[in-house]
Amino acid sequence: MTTPKTVTPLGRDEHWLTVTKPTAMTRFLRTFLLWQLVRFVVLNLKMLRIIAMGHHPKR
Amino acid sequence: MGSRVVVLGSGIAGHTAASFLRKWLGKEHQVIVVSPKSDYNWIPSNIWVGVGLLRADQVLFPLPPVYKRVGIDYRQAKAVAIHPEGAADEPSAFVDIEYTSADKAGQRERVAYDFLINATGPKLNFDATPGLGPDKFTVSVCTAEHAVQTAALLDEKVERMRKGERQKFLVGMGHGTCTCQGAAFEYIVNLEFELRHRGVREMADITYLSNEYELGDFGMGGLHLRQGGYVTPSKIFTESLFAERGIDWVTRAHVSKIEPGRVFIETLAGEEKELAFDMAMLLPPFRGAALSAFAKDGTDITARLFAPSGFMKVDADYAAKPYEQWRAADWPRTYQTEFKNVFAAGIAFAPPHPISVPRVSSKGTNITPAPPRTGMPSATIGKAVARSIVDMIHGAKEPTQTASMAEMGAACVASAGANPFTGTAASITVFPIVPDFEKYPEYGRDLNHTFGEIGLAGHWIKILLHHLFLHKARMRPLWSLIPE
Ligand SMILES: Cc1cc2nc3c(=O)[nH]c(=O)nc-3n(C[C@H](O)[C@H](O)[C@H](O)COP(=O)(O)OP(=O)(O)OC[C@H]3O[C@@H](n4cnc5c(N)ncnc54)[C@H](O)[C@@H]3O)c2cc1C
Repeated sequence: MTTPKTVTPLGRDEHWLTVTKPTAMTRFLRTFLLWQLVRFVVLNLKMLRIIAMGHHPKR
Repeated sequence: MGSRVVVLGSGIAGHTAASFLRKWLGKEHQVIVVSPKSDYNWIPSNIWVGVGLLRADQVLFPLPPVYKRVGIDYRQAKAVAIHPEGAADEPSAFVDIEYTSADKAGQRERVAYDFLINATGPKLNFDATPGLGPDKFTVSVCTAEHAVQTAALLDEKVERMRKGERQKFLVGMGHGTCTCQGAAFEYIVNLEFELRHRGVREMADITYLSNEYELGDFGMGGLHLRQGGYVTPSKIFTESLFAERGIDWVTRAHVSKIEPGRVFIETLAGEEKELAFDMAMLLPPFRGAALSAFAKDGTDITARLFAPSGFMKVDADYAAKPYEQWRAADWPRTYQTEFKNVFAAGIAFAPPHPISVPRVSSKGTNITPAPPRTGMPSATIGKAVARSIVDMIHGAKEPTQTASMAEMGAACVASAGANPFTGTAASITVFPIVPDFEKYPEYGRDLNHTFGEIGLAGHWIKILLHHLFLHKARMRPLWSLIPE
């Protein structure tokens, strides 16, 4: 599928109509230092949990 | 008397296996690594070399001093053939190797083994598509050298844009059966970020070209994530990420031919199209390393040990069956081959079938992503195989460890722009990597452990991983505590 290059009556690319986009708040939080420090800890814990589920002694 | 374990390849799987073998085995046992390149390459960071943010020496380091320090016997050579039963004039199993180091180039040697790990990774099969590859009309980031070449071409294109010339960038898959979509995804979003950073973004048209049926498939049939009260397919997030960055995409495509500045594609719908480019970073499909195998009497048994793709057959169910009959249990668990002392780890093992739904174009062309084997499973498999071998040396009759991709998860951090304050990365965890529809009937995966998020924290993790994994690979103090 090629994304259509159609432009809406307001002059925007049709991407705006067919694709889910983040809100301004979501985008802000993505690089907001305090929030990202919290996410850094949370993400590391989530990844460690996956690693802990890694390989097993043979059952 | 001690045993001899030979590891072919010093990439993520082979180097991990060799490191742990050396750590776990007493000095009376010998660990030998055979690998044609004497540098270790932390491949995931090649993406940043390819956009000019890192130099090659920041993702490479020489292995011989490390191996010397820890007591691993290193031969800078490529394996050519395996003789699992020995030969008429040689009672024990051995590998034929051919040296690649400047001083011994071309010299052959027989290396005897008690246990063998094939971790030779992928052969970058640029020849599958006419015109594909750094020697022809496209660039790549699969090796550090390729990435340096790519960064130089990018500089040239940026200069053109600064002079007012619009440039078309094409990034993605150079064949209908490629895997490693994650790497192409990372390269395209990093490229976009870098062009913005260099102030020329508005002069660039950037298009992602893929064999995936939908964006976000990544060769693993996509994944589902809980978000905002919905269970959402990865397609939604990937499209969103591209649309937000003004990146266009073409999916369901097989590249049939490349000429200077032009890519010829065939789509699943059977259409044939031509896409123009000024710079194309297209990944090649992978094959197994070109290894042969011989029985004691000299008969060629390559087809017994290796699948037609060149990857090594292990304890998987290779019976050809339709998609509806694919099971998580088809995937290998111990990575032992029909020869009990021969194992394959990382990309080198033959998967039983793809993970993504197989699809063929109306003209009969296979347009199905091959299954990815990323860094984390490659290292986990390498470590599990090493442990099994250590236990077998100490008397176990069978491999003691399992590391099935249908029973393990993966954590992956895909860079989406490298800057310590404005950069982002997609942090993804999936469990299991290969969906298990018997255990998780709806989505094939455990949604409590399948997760994705984009943000600066992911970029910090990516930087942390770069340093941690290079520290681990250098076998510096406490290396073995760093998880795979
Ligand atoms: C650009 C790029 C980015 C990536 N980013 C990520 C990421 O962010 N996260 C992630 O998890 N994964 C990532 N991957 C995937 C990851 O790099 C692979 O999963 C991993 O390298 C596989 O490990 P391996 O040991 O099987 O193969 P490799 O690392 O390729 O190692 C193979 C080794 O075998 C050697 N060899 C080849 N032929 C022979 C022979 N005949 N005899 C002896 N030795 C031989 C090679 O020289 C090499 O040392 C990326 C891949 C690419 C290309």
